[in-house]
Amino acid sequence: MLGSIDLTPLVDWSRAQFALTAMYHWLFVPLTLGITWIIAMMETMYVKTGDPEWKKITKFWMKLFGINFAIGVATGIILEFEFGTNWSNYSWFVGDIFGAPLAIEGIMAFFLESTFIAIMFFGWNKVSRKFHLASSWLVAIGANLSALWILVANAWMQSPTGTAFNPETARNEMTSFWDVFLSPVAINKFLHTITSGMVLASIFIIGVSAWFILKKRETRMALRSITVAAVFGLLSSVLLALTGDGSAKQIAAVQPLKLAAMEGLYDGKTEAGLVAFGILNGQEKRESGKPFAVKLEMPKLLSWLAFGDPLHFVAGINDFTKGNAQQGILSIPEKIERGTIARETLTGYKNAKTAGNLAKADSLKAQFYDKAFLDRNFKYFGYGFSQDVNYYVPNVPLTFYSFHIMVILGFGFMLFFALFLFFSARGELPERKFWLILAPWVIPLAYIASEAGWIVAELGRQPWTVQDLLPTIAAVTKLDTGSIIVTFILFAVTFTVLAIAEVNIMVKAIKNGPKNEGGTK
Amino acid sequence: MFESLSYLVLQQYWWIIVSLLGSVLVFLMFVQGGQTLIGNLGKNESEKTILFNSLGRKWEFTFTTLVTFGGAFFASFPLFYATSFGGAYWVWILILFAFIIQAVSYEFRTKAGNFLGQKMYETFLFINGLLATILIGTAVATFFTGSGFSLDVMKHVTWTSQARGLEAALSLHNLSLGLAVFFLSRVLATLYFMNNVDEDTIFTRSKRHLLINTLPFLVFFLFFLIRLLFIKGYAYDPQSKIVTLENFKYLHNLRDMPLVLTLLLLGVIGVLYGIAISLLKNKYTKGIWFTGAGTILTVLSLFMIAGFNHTAFYPSSFDLQSSLTIENSSSSRFTLTTMSYVSLLVPFVIAYIWYAWRAMNKVKISRDDLKTEDHLY
Repeated sequence: MLGSIDLTPLVDWSRAQFALTAMYHWLFVPLTLGITWIIAMMETMYVKTGDPEWKKITKFWMKLFGINFAIGVATGIILEFEFGTNWSNYSWFVGDIFGAPLAIEGIMAFFLESTFIAIMFFGWNKVSRKFHLASSWLVAIGANLSALWILVANAWMQSPTGTAFNPETARNEMTSFWDVFLSPVAINKFLHTITSGMVLASIFIIGVSAWFILKKRETRMALRSITVAAVFGLLSSVLLALTGDGSAKQIAAVQPLKLAAMEGLYDGKTEAGLVAFGILNGQEKRESGKPFAVKLEMPKLLSWLAFGDPLHFVAGINDFTKGNAQQGILSIPEKIERGTIARETLTGYKNAKTAGNLAKADSLKAQFYDKAFLDRNFKYFGYGFSQDVNYYVPNVPLTFYSFHIMVILGFGFMLFFALFLFFSARGELPERKFWLILAPWVIPLAYIASEAGWIVAELGRQPWTVQDLLPTIAAVTKLDTGSIIVTFILFAVTFTVLAIAEVNIMVKAIKNGPKNEGGTK
Repeated sequence: MFESLSYLVLQQYWWIIVSLLGSVLVFLMFVQGGQTLIGNLGKNESEKTILFNSLGRKWEFTFTTLVTFGGAFFASFPLFYATSFGGAYWVWILILFAFIIQAVSYEFRTKAGNFLGQKMYETFLFINGLLATILIGTAVATFFTGSGFSLDVMKHVTWTSQARGLEAALSLHNLSLGLAVFFLSRVLATLYFMNNVDEDTIFTRSKRHLLINTLPFLVFFLFFLIRLLFIKGYAYDPQSKIVTLENFKYLHNLRDMPLVLTLLLLGVIGVLYGIAISLLKNKYTKGIWFTGAGTILTVLSLFMIAGFNHTAFYPSSFDLQSSLTIENSSSSRFTLTTMSYVSLLVPFVIAYIWYAWRAMNKVKISRDDLKTEDHLY
C-alpha cells in the first residue's frame, strides 16, 4: 500500500510528534474543563448574595483560567490539522466519520466558548449581572461540549461502530450518526475525561488556596475556595472512579489486549486477580511466564471488575499472540492471514477495475457486501499490513505503570478531597499545617495522573489508529523523516518555551493575588 | 428534508458552506492585518495598548473560524484534507505555526513573568499577520493554478516537489493572491480601527494607511484576477469525469454562472465603495461594513469559480486525473446529509454572536475605557 520504503522511522517520528503535541495540549485542557464550572458556581454565589468577596474570588480564578486558556488554544490548533498533515491516509480512510465531529465541535462548541469568553473577561462593566453569569455558564458548557465531540471521534477510533467499508472509495463510511455519537465507549470516555478535568481543577484551587492560608493572605477567599473545590472535587472523583470502572469494562469487551497490557497479564486465567502494585520483569522473563519481580495482587478482583463475575476468564497477552482455541480467541498469525486476504481482495478489485476487467472487479467487490467475508476477513483488515506478531502488541511496561499510577493517584485524590472537606466543615483548616503544605504538591500529581490516563488510552491501543482496521504504518503520510524531525523539534522548543512562560505568568499572578473589589456591581 | 436532495446538490451545498467559511475567514483576517500595522498606527505605548486591546477582543473569532473552516473541509471533502495537508506539508505547518504563536501573544504580552518579554510577543503577532495572510492567499491560489501531486488507487498522495507546497510561492500568479490578501487584511484593519477605536490620532493615521495599502492591494488583486480570466483552467467532463485543460475556463465560468459574476461585481464594488467613502468623507466610520461585506462576496465568488461548473477545485498540474473535484473528493451522501442538519445551527450561532457583540460594542475602545478595564492585553 505504501510502497517498499522503510516506514519505521517515519511512523515513529510521526507518532512522537503527535504524542508530544497531544500531551502538551492535555497539560492545559483539563484545568479549563474543570475550572470553568467552579468559576460559574462562584459567580452564581456572587449574583445570589451580592457579596463582593465572591466577585473578587470569581475574578481571581478567572484571571488564572485566562492565562491557561490561551496556551490551551495555541497547543490545540495543531492537533486538528495534524490529522491531515501527518496522518493523511488515515484522514481519507476515516474522514467520512471523523471529520463530522470536528466540524460540529467548531460550529457548536468553539463559537459558543469564544463568544462568551469575551463577555466573561470584558463584559463586567458592559452587560448586566445576569447576562454575565449566563456567559460564564455558557463558557463552561462550550468548553465541555468541545471535549464531547473530539472524544466521540476518539472513541470511534477505539471501537469503530456505525460504519461500513466502501471498496469503491477504499474508506469507511458512516451508516448511523447516532451509533457513532451514542456509542457506550464515547459516552463513558466523555464522562471520564470531563470528571478528570473537574478533579484536576479542584486540586489546583485547593493547592493554590492552601498556599494563601499558609502565607496568611486572602484567608477568607482561600477558605471559601477550598470549600467549593473540595465539595466539587469529592463528587467529581466519585464519578471519575465510577466512569473509570465503566471504562475498564468496555476495554475488556472491545480492546482485551489493552486490558492485558494494563494488568501485565501474560497468561490468561479464570478468577484473575487485580494487581494493586507490581514491578515488571524484563521482556524475556515476562514472556516466559514470570511477568513480575514483585506484585501485590487482590484475588479474583480483575475478573469481577472487568466482567462482573469473579470466576470469569480474563485473556492474557499470550492468548492473543498464540491463540486460545478453548476460549475462542484467534491467534495474531491467524488474524494476519485473514487480514491479508481482505487486503489482497481490495487490491485485486482495484487492479481489475483499472485493467477494465469488470467481471472480476464486480465479483471481488461483491465480497465486501458479504457478511461471511466481512466477519471472517474484513474484520481483521488492519492485520494485513504487517506480518510481525510483536507489532500488534502494545508497550506493556508503559501501559501497565501508567494505568497503575493513574488509579493509585485517583483514589488518593478522593481521600484528599474528603480530608479537606472535613477540615473545612470543622473550621480547622488554618491549623492543619501539614495538609496545607502538602496541598500545592498534589497539583503536579494531578497532572501526572491526567497524562497517565491518556498514555493508557493511546499507547495501550497501539499499533491501531482505528482498532483492528488501520495500523499506524498504513495511516501515516508519506513524508521524508527529516521533515518530521524538524517539525518535532520546532514544536518541542516552541511548546516548552510557551509552557515555561505560562507557568511563570501563573505563579506571578498567584503571588500578586486578587484585586480588591469595591461596590457590588 | 436533506434526504430528498441529490448527492450532487449536497456536494454543492457543502461547497457553498465551506466557501462561505473561507470568505468570512478572509474578512476576519483584519486582525492579522492590524497586527502588522501596530508600529505604523501606534506611536507610543498607550496607543499601542489601545490597538492591541481592540484587536485582542476579536482574534478568537478569526481563530475559531479557521478551526471550523478546517473541520468543515475535513467533514465534507476529506480527500482535500488528506491530499493538501499531507502533501503541501510545509505550507500548512508554517501557517499553523503562525497561529500557535498568535494564540498566546495577546494574553501573555503584558503579563508579569512572561519569560520572553513584551517585544517578543508583539513580534509573534507581526509574524502571524505577515505569514498567515500571504501563505493562506498563496495556498488558495493553487486552487486555480494547480499543484504537483498524484493519487494512487487507494487515494494516497505523492507530492512531486521536495518543497512540499512552498514551491507555490515561486509562481508570481500565486504570490500575487497572497500579497493581495496581505494588503487587503491591512485595508480592513485600518477600517476596523476607524470604527472601533475612539482616538483621533489613530483615526487620522488609519485613514492615511488605508490609502497607502489600498494601492498595492489593487495592483496585486487586479493582476491575479485579470490573469485568472485568461489562463487555462481545469475542467472535467460531467459524464466521463475526465479532467482536461480548457482555455479561458475561469472566464467561461463567469459567463456560465451569471449569479457568480454578479456576486463578484457586487463584492468588488462593496470593497471599493467602503474604501472610497472612508477616504472621502470626514470622520466616516462605517467603511468596514461595506468593504467587509464586499470581501466576503468577492472571496465567495472566487471559490464558486474554483469549484462549480464542472471545475476541479484542487487541480493537479502533474497528473490531471488526480485533480480533486467536489464530486470525487466529498464525504458520502449519508454524512453530507447528516452534516447538513448540523449546518442549520449556523444561523443560531450567528444570532448569538451578533447579540453578544452588540452588547459589548456599545462603548468604543478608548483610553478612558481601558482605565476601567481589569483584563488588559
